[in-house]
Amino acid sequence: MRRLLALFGLCLLPGGCARAPLSYLDATSPIGGAIASLGWGLTGISVGVCIIVGLLLVVAIVRRRAAADTAIGPVNDRLALRWIGAGVGVSTVVLLGAAIWTLVTVHSIGEPPRNAPLTIDVVGQEWWWSVKYRAADPAREFETADQLVIPVNVPVKIELTSRDVIHSFWVPKLGGKMDMIPSRTNVTWLEADKIGDYRGQCSEFCGLQHANMAFNVRVLSQADFDVWWTRQLQPAAGSPDTDAGLNTFMVRCAACHTIRGTPAGGILGPDLSHFGSRESIAADLMPNTPENLANWIDNTQTIKPGVKMPELHMLASEVSDVTSYLENLK
Amino acid sequence: MTVSQADATVSPEGRKLLGIWETAPGIFGWLATVDHKTIGIRYLCTAFFFLIVGGLEALVMRVQLAQPELKLLSPDAYNQLFSMHGTTMMFLYALPMLSGFSNYLWPLMLGSRDMAFPRLNALSYWTFLAAGIFLYVSFPIGQAPNGGWFAYVPNTSLQYDPGINMDVFALGLVFLGISTVVGSANFIVTLLRCRAPGMSVNRLPIIVWGTFTASCANLLAVPAVSLACAMLWLDRRFGTHFFDVAGGGQPLLWQHLFWIFGHPWVYALVLPAMGIVSDALPVFCRRPLVGYTLVAISTVATMILGFGVWVHHMFATGLPVMSLSFFSAASFVIAIPSAVGVFCWIATIWTGKPQFTTPFLFFAGFVMLFVIGGVSGFMTASVALDWQLTDSYFVVAHLHYVLLGINVFPVVGGIHFWFPKMTGRMMDERLGRWTFWTMFIGFNAAFFPMHVTGLMGMPRRVYTYPAEMGVGGLNLLSTIGAFVFALGVLLFLLNIGRSLRSGPPAGDNPWDAPALEWSTSSPPPVYNFATIPQVASRHPLWEERLGETDRRSILGDRASTGMVLDRGKETIGVTPLDAEPNVVLKMPGDSLLPFLLAAGMTVLFFGLLARSGWAIGAGGLAEIVILFLWLTPRQFAESEEVALHE
Repeated sequence: MRRLLALFGLCLLPGGCARAPLSYLDATSPIGGAIASLGWGLTGISVGVCIIVGLLLVVAIVRRRAAADTAIGPVNDRLALRWIGAGVGVSTVVLLGAAIWTLVTVHSIGEPPRNAPLTIDVVGQEWWWSVKYRAADPAREFETADQLVIPVNVPVKIELTSRDVIHSFWVPKLGGKMDMIPSRTNVTWLEADKIGDYRGQCSEFCGLQHANMAFNVRVLSQADFDVWWTRQLQPAAGSPDTDAGLNTFMVRCAACHTIRGTPAGGILGPDLSHFGSRESIAADLMPNTPENLANWIDNTQTIKPGVKMPELHMLASEVSDVTSYLENLK
Repeated sequence: MTVSQADATVSPEGRKLLGIWETAPGIFGWLATVDHKTIGIRYLCTAFFFLIVGGLEALVMRVQLAQPELKLLSPDAYNQLFSMHGTTMMFLYALPMLSGFSNYLWPLMLGSRDMAFPRLNALSYWTFLAAGIFLYVSFPIGQAPNGGWFAYVPNTSLQYDPGINMDVFALGLVFLGISTVVGSANFIVTLLRCRAPGMSVNRLPIIVWGTFTASCANLLAVPAVSLACAMLWLDRRFGTHFFDVAGGGQPLLWQHLFWIFGHPWVYALVLPAMGIVSDALPVFCRRPLVGYTLVAISTVATMILGFGVWVHHMFATGLPVMSLSFFSAASFVIAIPSAVGVFCWIATIWTGKPQFTTPFLFFAGFVMLFVIGGVSGFMTASVALDWQLTDSYFVVAHLHYVLLGINVFPVVGGIHFWFPKMTGRMMDERLGRWTFWTMFIGFNAAFFPMHVTGLMGMPRRVYTYPAEMGVGGLNLLSTIGAFVFALGVLLFLLNIGRSLRSGPPAGDNPWDAPALEWSTSSPPPVYNFATIPQVASRHPLWEERLGETDRRSILGDRASTGMVLDRGKETIGVTPLDAEPNVVLKMPGDSLLPFLLAAGMTVLFFGLLARSGWAIGAGGLAEIVILFLWLTPRQFAESEEVALHE
């Protein structure tokens, strides 16, 4: 039935959901899927109601009557009122059913599982995401930005807050929204059933670059995930004295950005450790390629007007040094 | 068939009343009038002007969103436009428009000569106009409110929004709130006291029920937003910490205060408009409304339930699941009274004899749009599904179906319906039908696709979107639809302009409608009724033909034995429920005080905005002096004796 409905939906949506990375009605993950079922159900009821009421309205308007009779006369509404009572009764039953379905769904997905093996802190800020992986052993904790990497088929607890204004954490294919509110920590959870990349998006208006505040969720097999984690813990090699790229980074970028293993320790901007292994740059605005990175450094304020990163007017050689240095931080 | 009545130009009584009631000529009279009809039409025109302004803002945004990654607008310009669009439509169009209808129609429908407090009525209009101008004062310098009509903190706190943008918003809403509260109090007292004898509560037109219910809600809801805005302004300019996290304040407090106001407000914007349909649709079905009592009760029930659903705007804020479930269930329940209304309207059409006039088209179209907006509301009421839907374009689709479908369509239909009464001229039917179909098709082309873009994950309040989202085509359709809709509005204005000059004369009751306002001339004389009508049924002009009771209302010429009340500016006061006459009310004449009070308030609020002690002092002092003059009691002893002709 779901599949049939989904097929109907695909015909309805031009281009289909396949090319809509934020579409949630075709989600299959445990949370996203539960909401999608409810979504299709309520959409079905809604379309049905519109069709029935629309037909009633049209029939009411066009049904055959004695021609050109405009006289006012006595009325008897007893039968009409009985039909209204029936209509309201049926509506009430449907509403009650929908409410129960909703509450059952909420009960099944509302609370994070107690013993989620993995907890990630995500802190929203204008207009990017700081991501911190927690571990029992503090030496295994680390920070990254604008990307979540999670293992497949494992419930992941996400603790959300904000450093400035209210943002909202949303990965449509994996689950619903949860606001990130300064001074509060909200908890949500994700569980992916398929390996792949998913797009996340800020969904609470947060100022100039709300539109371009996105992130990427990469779902890996448990083995790949463990490898990825271990690699993230490796400090970057090299020193500013021997590496021209790192030297420029220290002069130009380190006041705001951190790279673990180097003296660069700024905390205003995203942590750039292992930058070269990331999918995208500028909060999932562009794919992570050397050309895009150079363009971003040169034209930051044109590409993302109002963003906190200033245009540094770097020399072409500096840009290319920094670009190749960052892209090599795998 | 229509009831004839005393003509002001011939009857000596009419001439005497005209002398008592007529507004003085010239600029003085223009500023000093307290005639509810003039004020009502001013409300309608001003609100429609703001509708056009808000609509133009929307068109500019639609051009920016027509395709992915367009660069027509900067993010800052876009944010100001969408904030002003929302603020304008919600505050400066939707409610003032309905206040315009109610101001114009209430005394005529209720058989009175004016509202209970004519000077407050004028004050309410002037304050609305001044607050509207105030909210736009920073627009030309590129500092318009930019935090959305919902103005969530901390995004609107000084730290993240350092201009005067949100000061204008916060003070402007406090300012406008004065107008709303004053107007609401006036409606409530008017309903309770200023009716014709016999206009008991079970005979009130539904628009009266709607406006009365909305006014009661406004008295309870508006203080919440005025308080929140005052607190925001204090946080911004005086370093208080109501919402400031660093000082222990709570951002969520703003959301609660705002939506405790916001959700009842939404119902206040639609209930009177639904009343327009409940009163006017039956005229074109040639029968009374089916289920009058049910519709009246569901109007009140909707409003009461409307105070218990505000958290459905906050489903994603991390509140406990138990409380979310409660508010979700309440949001489902509120659909029941709406269903009652829909079934009653359809039953009225079904059992009636539909006349396909322009107003009928708008009202029938409204029913369909209401159902579509209703079921999308039903979907967002589901807390789990709303975790996906909220803050997506689905909600944009929903709210526009609700607010345009339930407010704009009935309003435009209502203007076609009452235009003959207001001006004495008919509007053009052919152009009217073109207007309806253009608006209806344009509206659906613009907003239906937004359901789909929302389901495809397009977030709200974004100035652009990436091409990979796959929503470019649907957005282009929305933009085209928006322009078609705008064309429909243009046709409507054209029709108004043409009909004002050369529409055929309407006569007293061109639609053969049943309510009291159609028993007087078109346009009505300034005193509304030469003799106060005496009402015996819910449909005074149809009662002969409906034959529901043997009692007959006494109207127009036949009322020549009724109360004339021509010993000064007077109308009759009645008991609240049964409308038994028990007092003659002395009505105030032309007065500059409302205009001056609003002007003083304007100085005061600009003073607060500029934080100029001089202006605050001058404005405050002016207010005290004017209020003193306003409240000075006057003697009516010489005219205390009134002849009641029985």
